[in-house]
Amino acid sequence: MSGSTRLENANPLIFERSLERVVTAEEEDESLADPIDDREIFDLIRSINDPEHPLSLEELNVVEQVRVRVNDPESAVSVEFTPTIPHCSMATLIGLSIKVKLLRSLPHRFKIDVHITPGTHASEEAVNKQLADKERVAAALENSQLLEVVNQCLSSRTA
Amino acid sequence: MATDGAVPLPGLVEEFVAGQQDGGAAAAAAGVKAGNFTILQLVEALGPTLTSSQSQTRARGIQLLSHVLSECSGRLSEKEVEVLVAFYENRLKDDYVVTPHVLHGIKALTKSPAWPPGLAISVLKSLFQDVHVQSLMLLERSCIYTILINLMELKEEELKGLGADFVFGFVQAMDGERDPRNLLLAFQIARNILHRGYELGSFTEELFEVTSCYFPIDFSPPPNDPHGITQQELILALRAVLTGTVCFAEFLLPLVIEKLDSDIQSAKLDSLQTLAACASMYGYRELKEFLPGLWSSLRREVFQTASEKVESAGLSSLRAITSCLSRSILSSDGDDALRVFLDLIIQDCRHHLCEPDLKLVWPSAKLLQAAASASYRASHIIAGAVIPQLMEQYNNQTQCAQRRTLLDVLQGFVQPAQDGVPAVAEESVLCGFREPLCEVVFSALSETNAGLQVTASRILSSLGQQPGLLSTSHVELAVDHLRRLILEEEDTQVCPAVLECSGSLAPLYPDVFASAMIPQLKAEIFSEPMLRDNGQEAVHTSSQHVVRQRCMTALAAVSCHPTLVQQTAPVLLQVLSSSHTGSGLFSTDDIIAACRSLQQIAEQVQYAEETGCFFHDVIIPHLLGLTVQAGLQCDNQDSIPPQSPLTEEAILLAIVPVLSTACAHLQSELAALTASRVVSLFLDGDTVFLPGNNLPLQPQLFQKASSSCSGSQLVCLLMACVCSMPKSVEIPQVDRLLSELEELSCTSTHPFSFTLAAKCFAGLINKRSAGQALDLVLERTIKRITSELDCMSSSLRTQALTLLLWVAKALLIRYHPLATTLTDKIFSLLMDPELAPLAADGFSLLMSDSVDVLNRACHADFRIMYRQRFFTENSAKLVEGFNSAEKEMKSGYLKALSHIVNNLPRQVQLTELPALLPLLLEALSCPDQAVQLSTLSCLHPVLLDPPASPALAPQLDGLIFRLLGLTTSPAMKVRIATLRCLHALARFPDHMILPFRARVLRALATPLDDHKRLVRREAVAARGEWFLLGSPGR
Repeated sequence: MSGSTRLENANPLIFERSLERVVTAEEEDESLADPIDDREIFDLIRSINDPEHPLSLEELNVVEQVRVRVNDPESAVSVEFTPTIPHCSMATLIGLSIKVKLLRSLPHRFKIDVHITPGTHASEEAVNKQLADKERVAAALENSQLLEVVNQCLSSRTA
Repeated sequence: MATDGAVPLPGLVEEFVAGQQDGGAAAAAAGVKAGNFTILQLVEALGPTLTSSQSQTRARGIQLLSHVLSECSGRLSEKEVEVLVAFYENRLKDDYVVTPHVLHGIKALTKSPAWPPGLAISVLKSLFQDVHVQSLMLLERSCIYTILINLMELKEEELKGLGADFVFGFVQAMDGERDPRNLLLAFQIARNILHRGYELGSFTEELFEVTSCYFPIDFSPPPNDPHGITQQELILALRAVLTGTVCFAEFLLPLVIEKLDSDIQSAKLDSLQTLAACASMYGYRELKEFLPGLWSSLRREVFQTASEKVESAGLSSLRAITSCLSRSILSSDGDDALRVFLDLIIQDCRHHLCEPDLKLVWPSAKLLQAAASASYRASHIIAGAVIPQLMEQYNNQTQCAQRRTLLDVLQGFVQPAQDGVPAVAEESVLCGFREPLCEVVFSALSETNAGLQVTASRILSSLGQQPGLLSTSHVELAVDHLRRLILEEEDTQVCPAVLECSGSLAPLYPDVFASAMIPQLKAEIFSEPMLRDNGQEAVHTSSQHVVRQRCMTALAAVSCHPTLVQQTAPVLLQVLSSSHTGSGLFSTDDIIAACRSLQQIAEQVQYAEETGCFFHDVIIPHLLGLTVQAGLQCDNQDSIPPQSPLTEEAILLAIVPVLSTACAHLQSELAALTASRVVSLFLDGDTVFLPGNNLPLQPQLFQKASSSCSGSQLVCLLMACVCSMPKSVEIPQVDRLLSELEELSCTSTHPFSFTLAAKCFAGLINKRSAGQALDLVLERTIKRITSELDCMSSSLRTQALTLLLWVAKALLIRYHPLATTLTDKIFSLLMDPELAPLAADGFSLLMSDSVDVLNRACHADFRIMYRQRFFTENSAKLVEGFNSAEKEMKSGYLKALSHIVNNLPRQVQLTELPALLPLLLEALSCPDQAVQLSTLSCLHPVLLDPPASPALAPQLDGLIFRLLGLTTSPAMKVRIATLRCLHALARFPDHMILPFRARVLRALATPLDDHKRLVRREAVAARGEWFLLGSPGR
């Protein structure tokens, strides 16, 4: 990121990170099956880096656990995300990062739906449409510059 | 002409010049060194060559002379140097083919100490005049720099006489240098010029230009770099030049400000570090005009960066600048430079502190704290501006998260900084705020929010560390709060923070803790359970036990002062004695917690003599007395109460470390006294020193009762005391003791007793000095073990194996020659149908550190390299045994191997890995899950280490194939360990693992749908990393 370029939102609100999920006795018991739940999905996406700030999507409150819904038996996931400002030009990129993260981390049987929290972005519909279009997502990932930014958001290592 | 059988000189010259045989030069040099001929004779012999009309011939002649000089420069006389230098200086004007050899010759001459005065200047003048340095080849350029360096060492005064001309000559010489090797030399010269006070004259800017054009350095060494020059080396060399003089300030500071704008991370970092380095030597005068520019660049970097490195470099630059300004002397008329600069910072940062939920609150706080940490005056100014505001904000905010942030920020300002510490006469900068600060802290401690409580307790301990900040009434109030939190607070973050705070305040204010903390904790520990309405005694709820255990931990935490220990330890002892007498108040866990606390106290006070006596006089006898009493009572099955909890194995095992820590830290006279008392207690039943009078006379503590609850298990107490004594302490009656222990360990049927007896035996053997006595004991014991093991029908083979393992360990770690006999015996047991699994697991015992005996804390005779030694001596045996073993027995070998490799230091693992890998891969395919798990846990750290990759390369295919197979193992732990290994593999160099990417990604899709969440978590992490592999933005 260039030092001289101005950030769109230089001083955003910061939210507290939730604690690590506590490992329960049931989880350590081999014989029981743990269904995939909201928190598990949230844990997958909360640590995604923001493209602008050295902060996670959770710290910027772009993703929240209440806006994650999963139905394990029916293999369906739905995630709503909230851009920090209504004109955020990064919204599509953030949505794409969430989508890619889930595609890589969930079993194939899942249908993944990522969209903007209703009423929080100026071009909400357009972004949602892009994110829902399989072909456009695939095409976006063919673009190596775009893929690079997405991978940076998903990388666990900080620069 | 002197020739002692060597080739005559003219022949040598002829051979070298005309024959183009390079060997002649070495022979000539050897001849001069041996005294066969002189330099003068050589020059005479070279005469025709040097005056030849062919420049090639002249060059060859000079090459020969230069080579000889480079070998023998040390033996030249002043006269010879003078003549030769004059000759060479003159030759600088010769043809370009000659010049390189001339330069080599001059370089050789500059190594000679015998330089007549005046020569250096004329050489330099000719060099600067006649040679165009940058059109020379690399080696010759390096020659020039070396000549300069040598002359600067040799003739500093003369060179300085040249004045600014020298600097000018150097600037011209190095202008345009490109090779990193030469740059290092050139930077060295420039640094010498600056540091040794050469006159720069009007060439200051030129010297700066010619060096600063390399800033910031961007250099990546070629692959398989033969010269070993790193970017860091160049950066440091250049930085030393740029920051070498205050004269560069007016040029350097604008350059730094400009380079801070760079997009390249490393350039930013270099600029910030250079800034910090130069600010530490500049004064206000140099910085003055750039301060606003520097501040806005620094602020931008810290506010916007994504990199912690840049942030911390920015903060240290700010700190350096502030401390520079703090040093500057105030002029009576002008402004206070420090205050003006700090006002700028405060003005830009303070308002961000009012928005505790926005991102910039932290960078602002860090900037202010960095500036405040620079000097006492700076911290005074900043604290005065910021702390009242923070406290006001805290009092006005209502949301916990925001108050927490404010408190965290406040904590950063309260923390005592190293340089901000006031001088003796100055009072802490916080003195003015102590009342409101304490108010804020105490109000935060009374909140219900865990985060607030944690931070408040940290602030409290920071305040306590700084003398004069807490008044007596504050301390009393603080202790009240801490006590309340210890008794009431259950949160997993608050408890440790409160304990830590108590621990740090207790040694400073022992009286307050003694009166206001310890009695209350004691009362809580011994509080009777509440009665229910119907009058029945309530069963202890689990929460009461938790509170009780927390109180005991707290007692340990505050025991860092002798007077406090004398109050707390008796409370804990009382817990043990009251549970022994059957109060029924305490659960097993409570008693274990009491033991842990006692152990912690013993560790904390290890060096205080006063407490050493206290442990010796009171705690050790009491503990022994209680447990011996308990052990003996329960032999008598009819006695009431029937079972003292102090006979439970778990509790005995908790008492062992208390005793061994206490004994290990006793002063030697006390230790010897304790040793003899304990030995006579066990051998002769001498109970005189034990408190309590209801002990039977002369109890037989070594008796072999068949019951599991027997005095024989008290042998653990014996082990705790005698095996942890310093080596200098003589154990009385040791031979009798050893034979009793051997008997017990070979014949007892109670696993706890025979294992502990074996350990105790081993602990004594380990410290026994070498000699006949030891050999006799060992011979007897080995014979007994062997005969027991060889008798396949014996029921005591497990006991014999246990003793064998411990004795082998005792000898192995002290490099005793008999160790090999014993370990070979263990190897042979890997074939034993009955004992093979036990023997295989025994290798983990041999190779790992044991907690209660045979370790460094117990003063054991312990060689740190014993694992490597054992491995090198035995790995071949293991591999051979594996290859020849029958199929069913192979897993024992694999298990033994993985135990051994697991405990080896990383460095050894890496070097041994290639040889062992086939076997480890075999182990992965072994159906035994324990073997799989242990092998995976041994592979994982090796895979995490990047240098491991070349060693693994040939086996990578097999490794990945086997790992992928294990991702569907029925055991959850195996799946998790496998996925971690696969994750680690993703960090290998791309070219090695890229071919496997598609296959791994496909295979990892399955564990994504694993029925266990913990497995899925590892699968997600591993698969994510493999996805990033070979794709941009990684």
